[in-house]
Amino acid sequence: MKLELTAQQSADQQAFREFSDTSIAPFADEWDRDERFPREVIERMARQGYLGAVVPQASGGSGSDMISFGLLHEEIGRGCSSARSLLTVHSMATFALHRWGSQQLKRRYLAELIDGSLLGAFGLSEPNVGSDARSIETTAHMEGDHYRLNGCKKWVTFGQLADLFLVFAQHEGKSIALLLERTTPGLTVVPISGMLGTRAAMLAELHLENCAVPVANRIGGPGFGLAAIATSALDIGRYSVACGSVGLAQACLEASVRYSSERHQFGVPLKEHQLIRQLISQMLTNIKAARLLCMQAGYLKDSGHPNTVMETWIAKYFASTTAMKAALDAVQIHGANGCSAAYPVQRYMRDAKIAEIIEGSTQLQEVTIADYAYEQQLAHHQPAGANHD
Amino acid sequence: MSPDTIKPQFREFLGKVIRNHDLKDDDDIFAQGFVNSLFAMQLVMFTENTFALAVEDEDLTLDNFRTINAMTALVLRKKA
Ligand SMILES: Cc1cc2nc3c(=O)[nH]c(=O)nc-3n(C[C@H](O)[C@H](O)[C@H](O)COP(=O)(O)OP(=O)(O)OC[C@H]3O[C@@H](n4cnc5c(N)ncnc54)[C@H](O)[C@@H]3O)c2cc1C
Repeated sequence: MKLELTAQQSADQQAFREFSDTSIAPFADEWDRDERFPREVIERMARQGYLGAVVPQASGGSGSDMISFGLLHEEIGRGCSSARSLLTVHSMATFALHRWGSQQLKRRYLAELIDGSLLGAFGLSEPNVGSDARSIETTAHMEGDHYRLNGCKKWVTFGQLADLFLVFAQHEGKSIALLLERTTPGLTVVPISGMLGTRAAMLAELHLENCAVPVANRIGGPGFGLAAIATSALDIGRYSVACGSVGLAQACLEASVRYSSERHQFGVPLKEHQLIRQLISQMLTNIKAARLLCMQAGYLKDSGHPNTVMETWIAKYFASTTAMKAALDAVQIHGANGCSAAYPVQRYMRDAKIAEIIEGSTQLQEVTIADYAYEQQLAHHQPAGANHD
Repeated sequence: MSPDTIKPQFREFLGKVIRNHDLKDDDDIFAQGFVNSLFAMQLVMFTENTFALAVEDEDLTLDNFRTINAMTALVLRKKA
């Protein structure tokens, strides 16, 4: 066993760090305040190859491997959760097409998603449907070589800017996954403003009225739209959010260490007070544990191991709850300053809450991860009292 | 590779989540509610990993993964 980044991964990490520190973090508060994300920054991320990182270079993408992909999402997440969420949803759509799309569909869209000339997004949630994704109400009726889409997709991250949406619908009782172009007649994109966190993520609602989508734009077969396409895209999204949450928690730690070293109360820096030290110790320990869980999940992705699915749930559960606690404590350590616009920790706190809701909420994690415990445990032991013959 | 070598591997993998049931080769694992959608993806990954093949666009239908017989037929077809 070797718990160490390769030379390539270390070099990638260094480059991601520098990019986040120069091009992302210094502007994140302004983007949050304005609820806007500049296209020019998306273009800059595209030029760096960040939008195609989910596809390895060997397959025509711009990524090294899933560990590097995770490091990218951690570093961008350290700077700005809205920027990370752009990479999240774009990577989900790109991954689904790369992994499961037909050759024809890949020829049509994949290169442009990889180089960022097309921005992808993910439309699963609806006004009546969140955690229980099986109940989606959007319908697709076949009409010749097209589907007619009707329904509404809600909370679509970067829906205001995206060119291509991976959407899910019901067709004759079976779920299907489709790539929907923004310019499709009948599609209306309605911006959502005033969100609590990831405020620069330019969310939108998609109103679908008789949108004609070629049958050739379907990814995967009927009936597997949710089971395989959405699940595997969400697996990538969950990994991104897990790694982004590690970055967010790291940002909380860095801010707290800096502030508690500079701010004096009762004649000494805050860091000399034991209860402050306790918060810092917990933050650091949890961050390190969360990062290792992410790397474990990433490693299993690179080796194509089915366990990556549940390991990613665990990583996301631990990392997002760690980020929430770290952010609450960071605000506490900053006192009134932490509640003000002069410090970024209040943004971290709002963004951390989002991470606990998206890509499988904390509660969903808490009811699902137990399955894995029973599976693992019982796979190795006969059930108690079992007596076969 | 033959059905006799393929089926036991699927049976073992499915046995991790489907317990207390003697899974028949033509039991529909989805219709009978044995597995959830999270598992479907793990099943696809298991199939690719164990039999060194790529499940591609047109293979990705529910019908190819409903039963042990269907999964076995898919593997034989891909390896032919
Ligand atoms: C900022 C932001 C960006 C988003 N971006 C996207 C996007 O790009 N694409 C997209 O499709 N969706 C997106 N979403 C939607 C997101 O996927 C949903 O919010 C999420 O799936 C949860 O669904 P819900 O909000 O409808 O909550 P609900 O499912 O209604 O749940 C409400 C509460 O009940 C709890 N709960 C639900 N079921 C159970 C249960 N079985 N047991 C115990 N507790 C339960 C939940 O944990 C939660 O606390 C986004 C959401 C936000 C906030």
